[in-house]
Amino acid sequence: MSQEKKRDLKKVGRRDEASASPNPETVEKGKKMKENIDKLLDEIDEVLEENAEEFVKNYVQKGGE
Amino acid sequence: MPPRIFGLENEYGLIFSPNGRVYLPMEKILGYIFEGLIPNSWPSNAFLCNGARFYQDTGCHPEYSTPECDHLRDLVIHDKAGERLLEACLPMAEKRLREEGLIGEIYIFKNNTDSMGNTYGCHENYLMRRDLDFWKITEQLIPFFVTRQIFAGAGKVLKVSGRTHFFLSQRAQHIHEKTSSSTTSSRSIINTRDEPHADAEKYRRLHIIVGDSNMSELATYLKVGTTAVVLSMIEEGFTVKGMELEDPVKAIRDISRDPTLKKRVRLEDGREWTALEIQMTYWERAQAYLAALGSSADETTRDLIEYWGDVLQKLATNPMELAQELDWVIKKNVMDSFIARKNCGWDDPRVALMDLQYHDVKRNRGLYYLLERQDVVERLATEEEIQRAMTVPPQSTRAKVRGDFIKFAKEKNRSYTVDWTYLKLNGYWEETILCMDPFSSSNKRVDELIAGVAVSHR
Repeated sequence: MSQEKKRDLKKVGRRDEASASPNPETVEKGKKMKENIDKLLDEIDEVLEENAEEFVKNYVQKGGE
Repeated sequence: MPPRIFGLENEYGLIFSPNGRVYLPMEKILGYIFEGLIPNSWPSNAFLCNGARFYQDTGCHPEYSTPECDHLRDLVIHDKAGERLLEACLPMAEKRLREEGLIGEIYIFKNNTDSMGNTYGCHENYLMRRDLDFWKITEQLIPFFVTRQIFAGAGKVLKVSGRTHFFLSQRAQHIHEKTSSSTTSSRSIINTRDEPHADAEKYRRLHIIVGDSNMSELATYLKVGTTAVVLSMIEEGFTVKGMELEDPVKAIRDISRDPTLKKRVRLEDGREWTALEIQMTYWERAQAYLAALGSSADETTRDLIEYWGDVLQKLATNPMELAQELDWVIKKNVMDSFIARKNCGWDDPRVALMDLQYHDVKRNRGLYYLLERQDVVERLATEEEIQRAMTVPPQSTRAKVRGDFIKFAKEKNRSYTVDWTYLKLNGYWEETILCMDPFSSSNKRVDELIAGVAVSHR
């Protein structure tokens, strides 16, 4: 377990003091994420399968468990 | 927490998309996939040298059961290893199809619904003590399972009464009972299947079929981890009372339908609570349990309860802060961005396609993996760990005995028979060895068998 990657955990209960002004770290993280999603969306038409409607319609499975 | 064995069983969706219209029985595609995975053993089910089991399940779905794990992180890694094993079969299976003149691509989705309203599951199993009152425990677990989807849901775009909505969970709309023994007709919140694959006097199985398959490693970590913690605390007497729901089946659907998380569901005593409030109640009990454990609490339990609380806080204030961690939030966030960019609606067929393609296990095509590549998704495991788990069993459970035995038998080119609780080398040394203790990572008789055969092969 020791090698487990530590996430940047915020202590519960810190919210009250933090809620007044947004955490700059969170804001920065959100900005970066938006940029990265935009990059993906720039090429989304190549990424998605052609004929979306037909592809989805044809996706029929037998019921499982 | 006391040690516990758990595992995940994922049924995958499968489709061949030919260039041109060709009818191809699903059995055939599945056959080609399994050829790559387990030569010579199809159609029987097969255990792999990482201790896991692959087989064809009801409705012709490939199903991967992780080896039995006792560390949460191992389980997350082995669940992902199942995806990688299937992904690795694609090129060979497509080649076999090409040889028959069928040009096209095979898609494998780690999700739980198709476009016609059929469902297939992600089952969780938890080994639990038999000497406790199963029904009393499950009564306390039901409100937890009904509300867990606010962090464990994989998200689903669904058209209901003419309007397309975003739902939290893939599976919630397919649940019809509180408790049942069936997994294919009246699917339930608690399934009573009781196969402990261990000493049945000491243990029984908690078999959960209400959950979604997760792409996000952190969502899997939370889904299984919180369940194991809640189970342990209730077993240890940290009961959760007063959360009983008037109609759990209706509640699970209503909660799934509201991604703003504001929906209130009615408790048996008439109060109306949100899923978040119910989860907070469980989390507070878990905090009390953790405090009582004191210094005997392991690091994973501490980390997990802290992370669970952190996630609930963010869900309460701004769920979009979890757009790199939880499947439904990751998915909804990218869909929201897409809809804004394309100026389209939720009913756009491309949004439905994204809903499907998010779960594609092929990493240069699946939307989840493309987001991962863009650094949008936070991970728990490393890719090296996942690749290793494709062939190496968890080192602290019975899976190690099984996996090492299979590896040995294969190297010696010997026929063998294996199940969860026994193994046997076929032929002159034919003796079935029982391995009833899932916590035991070594078995003297298996060691002797291997040593004996190794000598005779010299």
